[in-house]
Amino acid sequence: MITVNGREFPYEEGLTVANLLQKKGYTFKMITVKINGNVIKKDEYETTLIRDGDNVQVLHHVAGG
Amino acid sequence: MDFKVLKSFSYQLGKIIKGYNNRSLYINLNDYSIGEKEVTEMMKDKFIGGKGFGLWYLWNAVTPETKWNDPENEIVIATGPIGGITQYPGSGKSLVVTISPLTGIPIDSNVGGFFGPYLKFAGFDALEIQGKSKEDIVIFIDGDNGKVEIMDIDTESIDSHLIAHALTDMFAKNEEDKKNISVVSAGNGAENTLFGLLNFSFYDMRRKTVRLKQAGRGGIGTVFRDKKIKALVVKFSNTRGDLNCPHDIELIKKTGIKLHKEIRDLDDKQNQMRKVGTAHLIEIMNEYDLLPVHNFKFGAHPDTKNITSKVFKERYFTQNMPDGCWYGCSMSCAKAVDGFELKTGPYKGQRVTVDGPEYETAAGVGANLGIFNPDFIVEANFYLDTYGIDSISFGTATAFVMECYENGIINKDITGGLELNFGNEKAAMELLHQMARGEGFGKIVGLGIKRMKDIFVREYGADREFLNDIGMEQKGLEYSEYVTKESLAQQGGYGFTNKGPQHDEAWLIFMDMVNNQIPTFEDKAEALHYYPMFRTWFGLNGLCKLPWNDIVPADNDMTDNPAKVPEHVQNYVDLFYAVTGKKIDAEELIRQSERVYNFQRVFNIRMGHGKREDDKVPYRSVGPVTEEEYLSRQERYDNQLKEILNYDIEGKSIAERMKVLREYRESQYEKLTDAVYTRRGWTLDGIPTLKKLKELGMDLPEVVEVVKKHLG
Repeated sequence: MITVNGREFPYEEGLTVANLLQKKGYTFKMITVKINGNVIKKDEYETTLIRDGDNVQVLHHVAGG
Repeated sequence: MDFKVLKSFSYQLGKIIKGYNNRSLYINLNDYSIGEKEVTEMMKDKFIGGKGFGLWYLWNAVTPETKWNDPENEIVIATGPIGGITQYPGSGKSLVVTISPLTGIPIDSNVGGFFGPYLKFAGFDALEIQGKSKEDIVIFIDGDNGKVEIMDIDTESIDSHLIAHALTDMFAKNEEDKKNISVVSAGNGAENTLFGLLNFSFYDMRRKTVRLKQAGRGGIGTVFRDKKIKALVVKFSNTRGDLNCPHDIELIKKTGIKLHKEIRDLDDKQNQMRKVGTAHLIEIMNEYDLLPVHNFKFGAHPDTKNITSKVFKERYFTQNMPDGCWYGCSMSCAKAVDGFELKTGPYKGQRVTVDGPEYETAAGVGANLGIFNPDFIVEANFYLDTYGIDSISFGTATAFVMECYENGIINKDITGGLELNFGNEKAAMELLHQMARGEGFGKIVGLGIKRMKDIFVREYGADREFLNDIGMEQKGLEYSEYVTKESLAQQGGYGFTNKGPQHDEAWLIFMDMVNNQIPTFEDKAEALHYYPMFRTWFGLNGLCKLPWNDIVPADNDMTDNPAKVPEHVQNYVDLFYAVTGKKIDAEELIRQSERVYNFQRVFNIRMGHGKREDDKVPYRSVGPVTEEEYLSRQERYDNQLKEILNYDIEGKSIAERMKVLREYRESQYEKLTDAVYTRRGWTLDGIPTLKKLKELGMDLPEVVEVVKKHLG
């Protein structure tokens, strides 16, 4: 199990940041992704693996509106 | 065109000093008197400019008994001290304030176009119009020659695309001169509904046409036509980047260059404002279940694919045109559809330029009505603008009558034969044309949801509670176009607004619902303090909100609080100093807003509104009103009942589950209300305390007098 934005989410072997964003339906571009507090650069979403127990934050920044 | 000058007034041209002319222009249409008023140091210190000046003038013009159509009601237009600079994107906004026909309290609207800056360059920090003319008039402010005229001009039509063109042609010496003209106008729909808007023009030199930006909310255009104003025209011919005579122009330039570079390098990777404007939100809101569909019942629809920004970009928006609504705005979000052939209405067959559609229009007249046809949206956009009708109120009010129609509350006999089912674009378009003609059922819908609820209960025996639940209005103003059911903070972001449920005070849905960054009531209350105050500041200074957070620095992710965009906050602190010479910091910026925000709250209370009772919201904005809604998101709601409330759903009917969910959600809103009022320094009835007013230096005798009556 991992935590995404403070809520539990099932862990899967080989889960990348890009996979997670797809599974959660997070299509918005103005986001910051942090794993255990460390910012992940956008060009590393495809290659960064999430480990079981990680605390992932996908912070959507306000825009429009 | 034939014209007659009814009154002429000459004034000395002046010079702006550090963002202020230190005078405003007052016109009374009862007797056509015209004069100047001093802008005092107190006004600048406590109200800054823009909507602050508007609210202060309006306060002094009206009494608690004043109605929107009384002669003493005013329309005040002002930019702010920063307004009119050309080096920083989004610096040409005008703020318009009046007592709203929909709400009975002050409304403020922030609009682009050249009028506010030209008014300022013509010599005035604000234009205050009071009284009512007996005949249709045009007001012309000649900023080149120091002259104000009230004129009778024989125009072909008051619809904005015609009158704005006609007056631009009339007052310009030649094609080149047209860029020096800005026209404010309404339209036939503004005259015949209570949600009329004002169009502010600028001349697009490349397209060789007049463009229109809208002061949309709250019926300001209706007040304009009630005063028998056809149009305001301002002319100023020598626009330059230094006309504000700022304290430190080099700092302005440096700050501006930094943002221009960000936009150039990052906009394509971020929101693509230069390519599609705010329309990029259509698909995002749909993907996050936030796009209003069928009167806010649902947050997404499969047919949204037909109205995404990609569709508008590829088939409608003219690309590679600089589309700023004021000089120097490289964000350029003012998209236009050129050469669009109209298929209905009085201008059928004509090819026109349509400004937009913005997100709110596409969501309001598209998805919320169940209409996913981009041609319809563009055509409705054109007619709404030229008729002077607010697309948000039109969309939300029409969605309401469609739900009433589908529930049998109203029928074809009542609608005059219009089959107002969701998705019926022919009926929706006819309703719009009826509004402009002041005829048929369009006349009823044009009264707005609040008045329609009374009529449907009184005339057709409708269930008041059901209408209160589904009627997406609060304080009399129709909701703008976001579904808030899963974001308690945004329920408050709409509910606790001063003017009514418009999203320009706060948009917290991602922070709350998706990011889960503000989980406690105190966290939400802090956000509902900071963001409304921060965003109020744009309206005090003549600024646009979009360059704050629709583009962010490349390293914004690394800052302590990316949502606030700290570097851009510092830009605004620097700009205020650079223009006015007054040193502020990020905390004082918030206090500047707090003064005006609390003043507006007290103004509402003075007008008999603005207390806790007035901050209640329709249940449609909080949770599922109908079984159809519950069933559409059943897994979500069932899980919440189980996980949050530990409620055993086994064997429970949908109605029983909905009741429990409703009690919970409504109690959450009440708790949030307590937390927000406490954070803002208000009583639990929503009244600013004397202590708070003193802290802010807003304990003006007339303000204290109002508050004391309610503090007991």
